Amino acid sequence: MSQVDSLLREPLINGVDKTYGKITEDIVRNTEGNPPKDWWIAFGFALAGLLLYVIAVSWTIFKGIGVWGLQKTVNWAWDITNFVWWVGIGHAGTLISAVLLLFKQKWRTGINRAAEAMTIFAVICAGQFPLIHMGRIWQGFFIFPYANTRGPLWVNFNSPLLWDVFAISTYFTVSCLFWYSGLMPDFATIRDKAKSAKRKKIYNILSFGWRGTAIQWSRFESLSLVLAGLSTPLVLSVHSVVSFDFATSVIPGWHTTIFPPYFVAGAIFSGFAMVQTLMLITRKVQKLEDYITIAHIESMNKVIVLTGSIVGIAYITELFIAWYSGYLYEQYAFYNRAFGDYWWAYWSMMTCNVLSPQLFWFKKMRRSVFVSFIMSIFVNVGMWFERFVIIVTSLHKDFLVSSWNYFTPTWVDMSIFIGSLGLFFTCFLLFTRTFPVIAIAEVKAIFSSISEAAQAKAKKEGSH
Amino acid sequence: MSQGKIEHRKYVYGIYSHETNFLDAIKSVQTDGLTVDDAYSPFPVHGIDDLLGVKETSLHKAGFTLGFTGLVTAFSVMTYVNTIGYPTIFGGKPFWSLPAFIPVMFETTVLMAAVGMFFVYIKRNELFPGKIPMIIDERTTDDKFALAFAIDGKSDDEVSKIKSALQKSGAEEVNTKSFE
Repeated sequence: MSQVDSLLREPLINGVDKTYGKITEDIVRNTEGNPPKDWWIAFGFALAGLLLYVIAVSWTIFKGIGVWGLQKTVNWAWDITNFVWWVGIGHAGTLISAVLLLFKQKWRTGINRAAEAMTIFAVICAGQFPLIHMGRIWQGFFIFPYANTRGPLWVNFNSPLLWDVFAISTYFTVSCLFWYSGLMPDFATIRDKAKSAKRKKIYNILSFGWRGTAIQWSRFESLSLVLAGLSTPLVLSVHSVVSFDFATSVIPGWHTTIFPPYFVAGAIFSGFAMVQTLMLITRKVQKLEDYITIAHIESMNKVIVLTGSIVGIAYITELFIAWYSGYLYEQYAFYNRAFGDYWWAYWSMMTCNVLSPQLFWFKKMRRSVFVSFIMSIFVNVGMWFERFVIIVTSLHKDFLVSSWNYFTPTWVDMSIFIGSLGLFFTCFLLFTRTFPVIAIAEVKAIFSSISEAAQAKAKKEGSH
Repeated sequence: MSQGKIEHRKYVYGIYSHETNFLDAIKSVQTDGLTVDDAYSPFPVHGIDDLLGVKETSLHKAGFTLGFTGLVTAFSVMTYVNTIGYPTIFGGKPFWSLPAFIPVMFETTVLMAAVGMFFVYIKRNELFPGKIPMIIDERTTDDKFALAFAIDGKSDDEVSKIKSALQKSGAEEVNTKSFE
């Protein structure tokens, strides 16, 4: 064993009866047999949400985006709020797998698989919004740069909106590859455990015929490491590019140079909150408390309090710079955020994102499942409000007083948002019943090093 | 160690339950003058590559080459479009402006490197959807480790020598498997 494990740290896997076989069984069990009743109820709700999404989006495409609450003044609202919110959520997965891999944080193994799945589904949800907000979705292919017969008419490579197309599609592709390359050995485990020929065949196709020879593992590790290295700057680039959509404009409240790091911190913050929400439910329902331990929850809460505080500093910096700039319009934009028509959104954001995570300075709070769950919901809500505040409050009182306006969402706006949650949870629930929600091979690898360290400890204590 | 390509059809293999025994067994059979044909494990075992003499893969080189191709492609396409193909003035800025190209160049580099490496990886590891793999023992993806030796065309003497070497190395089981 090349790594040395500290025995002062909490174990990453609990339970006295654990063996390699037991690990396989605990994780594979959840993909076998019929789903429990709770799962069907949750799936029913998710499907209803998905149906609502399909109806609302179809209506939007049929009638045009006039069915949303947008007007001449506020011409970007829930569509882009939802987009940025979902992309932000999509940051935790690859951050956990890539950045934590490079930093050799072993606790990532318990949660990386589900977090990556969450990333992919969140990016799927996010990707829909730029398309449907175009209004003429059938001309969506115009965003791709290719030699065409329309002139040729090329895209504007100087536009952050186009950079977004590249950033999001690259991020989605690379996340999928990273996720899938890790899944192959675990699908092989399910395949070799399968009793029926049909199940064996399906999981063999999914596993790409994985065998688990030394040379395959050697290449596997090499691929993971290089993909992690490539994904790390990619994660940071995606939300930076998303923030450029606003930061390169000339709208007071948007053209802020701290946007890239501020958005990235916010994305990690909201991503971890969503991972927390999902993991707390998954570990309970699938009885995976031994693998997603209180130590994992605490680690995630530490990331939440750190990134939440970075976001808090960013909010305060914005206010300071608005005042310090001496620029009247900038000052008004921020005054209006806090004390204008949307004061309630601003203070919801401040409470949920900056104040409430401070609870996590207390160990007792970080280790409480109940508090973690409530907090994760708070952060999810707070981060939605953050995007809403940035987008709508900066627009609704524009340069001409006569055009100042108040944005009110319609049923279509709300249905598309609620429906996108349905789409997300439909995907996630299907994932939990068919895929190994914990990276089996990776957990076994850390289990082997832990057990060795524990043996050494037992020996040492015995000699005293 | 066979590098991927398998022509052998008949194998003798030993089963181990712990990675430490597994690594010791490799050393033990090697002192007996045998060369391991395949070593199976449910997870990557550290230190095995050196023992078996597995060459470090050149995947990262493929990644670098493809990534660089992506970078050059993005740069060339944008240069062509903004100077020759479709030069357009946006807000009075120059047609050709490198800083504005950086995000797309970066994303294309990462995309090409990652996608290319993934395909090289599955090609080199002989993986594709629907492939029927040669699995020596189904327990090796669960909780067992296996050392396999090809025995096609080997005399009974040689085979029994392999078997006894495996017994000596601490194998819990020594089995034979043939693939059609």
